[in-house]
Formats: sequence, structure tokens, C-alpha cells
Amino acid sequence: MGRRIGLQTVEIESKPRIIGTYNIVGPKEGQGPLKEYFDRIIEDDLNGTNSFEKAETSLLYTAILESIKKSKLKEADINYLLAGDLLNQLSSSCFAARDLNIPFIGLYGACSTMAESLSVGSMIMEGGLANYVVAATSSHFSSAERQFRLPLEMGSQRAPTAQWTVTGAGAMVLGKKGNFPYVTHVTTGKVKDYGITDVNNMGVAMAPAAVDTIKQHFMDTGRKPSDYDVIATGDLGVIGREFTEKLLLEYKYDMKGHYIDCGEEIFDAKLQPGTNSGGSGCGCSAVVATGYLLKNMLKGKFKRILLVSTGALLSSTSPLQGETIPGIAHAVSIEFGVSK
Amino acid sequence: MKVEEKTIRKKFDNLNSNDIPKPNLALHCFNAFWVGGLICVIGQFISDIFSKMGIPKDELGTYVSIVMVFLGAVLTGIGVYDKLGDFAGAGSVVPITGFANSIVSPAMEFKKEGFIFGVAAKMFTIAGPVLVYGIGSSVIIGILYYFLRW
Repeated sequence: MGRRIGLQTVEIESKPRIIGTYNIVGPKEGQGPLKEYFDRIIEDDLNGTNSFEKAETSLLYTAILESIKKSKLKEADINYLLAGDLLNQLSSSCFAARDLNIPFIGLYGACSTMAESLSVGSMIMEGGLANYVVAATSSHFSSAERQFRLPLEMGSQRAPTAQWTVTGAGAMVLGKKGNFPYVTHVTTGKVKDYGITDVNNMGVAMAPAAVDTIKQHFMDTGRKPSDYDVIATGDLGVIGREFTEKLLLEYKYDMKGHYIDCGEEIFDAKLQPGTNSGGSGCGCSAVVATGYLLKNMLKGKFKRILLVSTGALLSSTSPLQGETIPGIAHAVSIEFGVSK
Repeated sequence: MKVEEKTIRKKFDNLNSNDIPKPNLALHCFNAFWVGGLICVIGQFISDIFSKMGIPKDELGTYVSIVMVFLGAVLTGIGVYDKLGDFAGAGSVVPITGFANSIVSPAMEFKKEGFIFGVAAKMFTIAGPVLVYGIGSSVIIGILYYFLRW
């Protein structure tokens, strides 16, 4: 059985394996620097449907189904599906789950959902309550824009701090056996709000949460940045990543050489205008984790990583009522081939 | 080693007031100036043509507005105006073509929700406030003008 260490961390002793992953992304992500790590790149961001919401559902559905297939399992083998997304009432996840024969738990953690679902999934596995769990999440640029921002064809300028919601979905299947990357620690974050009100400055709004969770993870586990090959925050973007690095230095944690941000990696701001500070959205850390991070772990390039998905917990009405933007970050430590 | 969260918050506020990149104001103003100017030149060109065709002077404005709104709507429909807006900012938002863009773009976006609760209900989400305060202020100015005529 797992045990609590420190204030916010759980050590997962049974080491649930990530036995199968699948990701699917939109055309813009498919032109980005990480294109070789995606399992499927769709050509049309409607993905053959007639609305962006339906397209997002289809992406999530495909990612979940294909990840199960890749693990050589059937839907009926999966005990829990843990999924979430950005849309109202978790529509993408609920509608994807409608067509799946799997008990479903919907999670909302905004863009932190990948680490959140992986955390909860690992805890369920650790409790011995499931043989297989699927953790999945999705986002879609156009469905997020129409819920949170302006119509797509509206001619307006994007701020330098603005980020581009990733169109994509990623799913991971957790199982008990096999030679695969496994989860060792889960650090659940607290909600942090340092008073940012600018909705075009989401990366900075989430940075304090990332800083707090990463710091707490190090304090609880006694580890330091250099114990990890890669520490990857979810979607802070270039500016949020710089903030996080500088703030962690205050705690005397030097992240240099061990730290990337999924949002910064997924797009090339110079070649892909409009992406400005980087990618964002639930799909961002999901497709980078199931792509670049886990695929490189299987190749042996990374042995130990810390996935820190970050979420901005605002609604489409809260900024209009003058509310500030609360942030959250969850950390999951994943290992593969570490000699003890 | 004990670091208080207060210190972190202070550092954060400090970074937030100094390290946020600012938009390049001079470049944006320049682009807004020449694109906005160009749109006005096109409007003037159309006005001159209509004038040559013998349309009376006091009706010219209406004719030109109709053509410019049509152009703005078409450019929105074929997906050009949003790119122009990204480049020129207020230069393409302020002229009447931008007004057309602000009505056509939500109408297109919300077509999926149907013609009543989608297109019709959402059409004025952006232009609505402009209309309310535009018409509202013109009424106030009209009343003032009536009483304070010189």
C-alpha cells in the first residue's frame, strides 16, 4: 500500500505501469517541432464532424479507444475511465464516454487534467481497486475560443503573452504488469491565486501554482531538480516558464537544464505566428506527455521525469465579474529503467 | 531553509510589473495608420465613382457605407478580415468594415446553434455595446444640441 510522505505527496509503491498511450492532434500541432511524436495528425480541424465541439469529442474518443487497442485490451477490461476537458459541463468527455462501455469519472482541473487524471488513476491502482484505468483529456482551439474568447473570424490582435489552445487529445492506459514506464510519486497541488486578472496572461497566472507544487514535491521527496531528466510543466508558455524558474530560485532550486514547458515546446512561435507565448489547453500536456516525454522514456533517453500539468481555474463569467485567475498544478513522477 | 510564501509573492509581483513583454506600440500604430488610411482611400474612391455616376451628394454617404459594409462582410466570410485585424489592429477595427466584421463573425461562429438562438441571438454580442452606447450618446448630444443651439 502507498504511503503519504511529507505534506502533499503520496508514494505509489505498486508502480502502476503506463502500458499504452495514444495521442491525436490538429493540423497546426502537426506542423510544430514535436510532430514526429504524434500518433495521428488530422488534416481538418473539424475531423469530419459539423462542429468544433463534436470534433473535440471525436479526438478524445479516438485517443481513448486507440490507447486501449494499443495495450491489447478491450473496453470491457477497463475498470475506470478518468477524463476531463475545458468545455462547460465536461461536454467532450461526457459525450466521448457516451459511446464507450467503461465506468466513467469526469474530472475538472482545467489544463491540469492530464496530471490530475493520472494521479487519481494511480491512486486507484495503488488501492488495488482496478486492473486497468484509462486517464485521458482533450482540448480544441476553436471550441475553447468560442467559449472563452472572441469569434474566430473576428479581426483582433493577440497580446504577446497570449497562448494558443492546443487541438489534441491524449490517453494513457494504466496496468499492473509489463516493462513500461511507471508512476512512483503523486504530488497534489493547492490552488494558488496571486491576483492576475488578465485572461491573456494565463501562463503567469498559473506560475505560482506550478512553483508551489514543484517546491512541495522536492521538499516531500527530498529530491532536487537534477534528480530528474526532465521536469515538464503543462502550459505556462515562454513567459510563465521564465517566471517559474525565477521564483523557484528563491527556494534555492535551480531548474536550469532540467526544465521544459510543454506549451513552449509544442509550437515554434517564430514559424507559427499567433502562438505567441506558446500552447495551452488540457491537450497540451497530454499530447506532449504521451508523445515527446513517454516515447523518449521508452527509447531510454529519459529515465525519470516529473509531469506538472497546470490549470487556470477561471470560468467564462468570472473575469467579467472582476475575479482574479486561480491556478493549480499537479505533479506526477514517472520512471523507467532507473537502477536502484 | 525556510522561505516564506510572502517573499515569493513579492518577487512575483515584482516580475509581473517588469518582465511582461509589451506590444510594440510604434509598429502597431504605424500599421494601424496605413491600413486604416488605405480603407478610407478605398471608401473615397467608391464615393468619387458614385459621385461621377450622378448620385446626389447628401446620399453618397449611405451608398458608400453599404458598399464598405458589404466588403467587410465578404472579407470576413472568406477568412481574410481576421488576418487583417491581427496585422492592423484598430486600423481595421475602427472603419465601418470592422463593424461589419464584428457582426458577421459571431453570426458565422454561432450558426451551429441554429438561426434563432445562434445566429440571431449572438449576432450583436460584439457590436451590441457599440450600438447601445453609440446611439445612446448620439441621443444625448442631440438633446444638448437642441437646447444649446448657437
